[in-house]
Amino acid sequence: MSSITDESPRVKLFTLDLPDDRAKAGFFAGQSYDLRLTAPDGYQAQRSYSITSSPDSPNAIELAIELISDGEVSSYFHEFVKVGDKIELRGPIGGHFTWLPMITRPVLFIAGGSGIAPVMSMLRHRASSNSTAPALLMFSARNEPDVLFKDELERMANDDQNLDLILTLTRGVSSDWQGESRRIDRAMVDQAISMLVGENNLPNRAYVCGGSGFVESIGNHLLDTGMNHNDVRTERFGP
Amino acid sequence: MINNKFFGRRRPEPPRPIPPGQYLEDGFPVLSAGPTPRVDTATWEFSIEIEGETVGSWSWDALNALPQTDLHTDLHCVTKWSKLDTDWRGVTIDTLLNDAGAEAPAGFVMAHCDGGYTTNVPAADVIDGKGLLVHTYDGEPLAPEHGGPVRLLIPHLYLWKSAKWIRSLKFMDQDAPGFWERYGYHMYGDPWREQRYTGD
Repeated sequence: MSSITDESPRVKLFTLDLPDDRAKAGFFAGQSYDLRLTAPDGYQAQRSYSITSSPDSPNAIELAIELISDGEVSSYFHEFVKVGDKIELRGPIGGHFTWLPMITRPVLFIAGGSGIAPVMSMLRHRASSNSTAPALLMFSARNEPDVLFKDELERMANDDQNLDLILTLTRGVSSDWQGESRRIDRAMVDQAISMLVGENNLPNRAYVCGGSGFVESIGNHLLDTGMNHNDVRTERFGP
Repeated sequence: MINNKFFGRRRPEPPRPIPPGQYLEDGFPVLSAGPTPRVDTATWEFSIEIEGETVGSWSWDALNALPQTDLHTDLHCVTKWSKLDTDWRGVTIDTLLNDAGAEAPAGFVMAHCDGGYTTNVPAADVIDGKGLLVHTYDGEPLAPEHGGPVRLLIPHLYLWKSAKWIRSLKFMDQDAPGFWERYGYHMYGDPWREQRYTGD
């Protein structure tokens, strides 16, 4: 564990230096690592976490761990883990929900809450590979402090004319909030697509990540627009 | 490796042993790799292919007219959750093969599904009551997000082998990787030997 920082009231970012063989293996943006904890009496628990950092920095991985109420693994990470601790890990895992710089056609990213995690890896990778592929991120969170990586995302969107950002809050907005303030519905999906590829066009690919219900709903909207099943990639942080 | 201050949330002992690395889940998580396909039972058809030839195909009505099997079983997902005491109704692969007048060849079988999902299983693991096409879960029609109208159910293997939205089983001589297997998931997937990923 090489660094631990607070990102939001319930989310901390943990950076883990990888052993040489894992650093050499590298990973694709969108993949995850399994972490395993072992109690002194041998009890074990493991969970998967999406990598938020770009594959361009293969020696370490950054993970966003949200403190889940009575979560046995997340509470351990939030309360007890310190810089210098060793954590057992396995990976990288996954492959369908991945973005590579060779994708040059328009891509739509839709994230809910901590679902932004694998999308951050994709957007960071996209930025560092100087991709000019048109992209739009629609990111839904409960309150403004829950918008993970907000400053970085806004900076990315400001610096890159090919990247658009739509933020929406679902629980409460302050009077100076500039973004949207409702759950992502079909109208917002249509609006995002229109902004990305114009009327009567569809994105080449969409990545949707968040809780199961969120992903199910957005996935259905995207199929309704006419997108092909295989072009809609989903990552469900169930249940 | 010991994480000294880790205690964990000790859940009540499961009523019977669950595979290594698993935890008991009361809910029924949905973790599909893509959106939920829309499948219309009016046009749904399932087929079995042996040596490139279709030996049998069944419409929704035909499937429901065959002798049905009720199964009470446990589910084990590679993402670590296990759900005990689930109830299913459907048709065994044995019944389908029998109806087609065919016998399962030795070798392997690939499940093909709406949405493009595939998964591979040894032929021996879908016969002798080990594999079913199921359409009813917990007394209700199987919901689309759980694989409805019809999914494959092979409860002795990790749940990714129980292919949702199944449309055909194609027998093959050699084993070949399906969707998740190509991304590094285990070719066989026995939860009791914790065969999650390649090399386990």
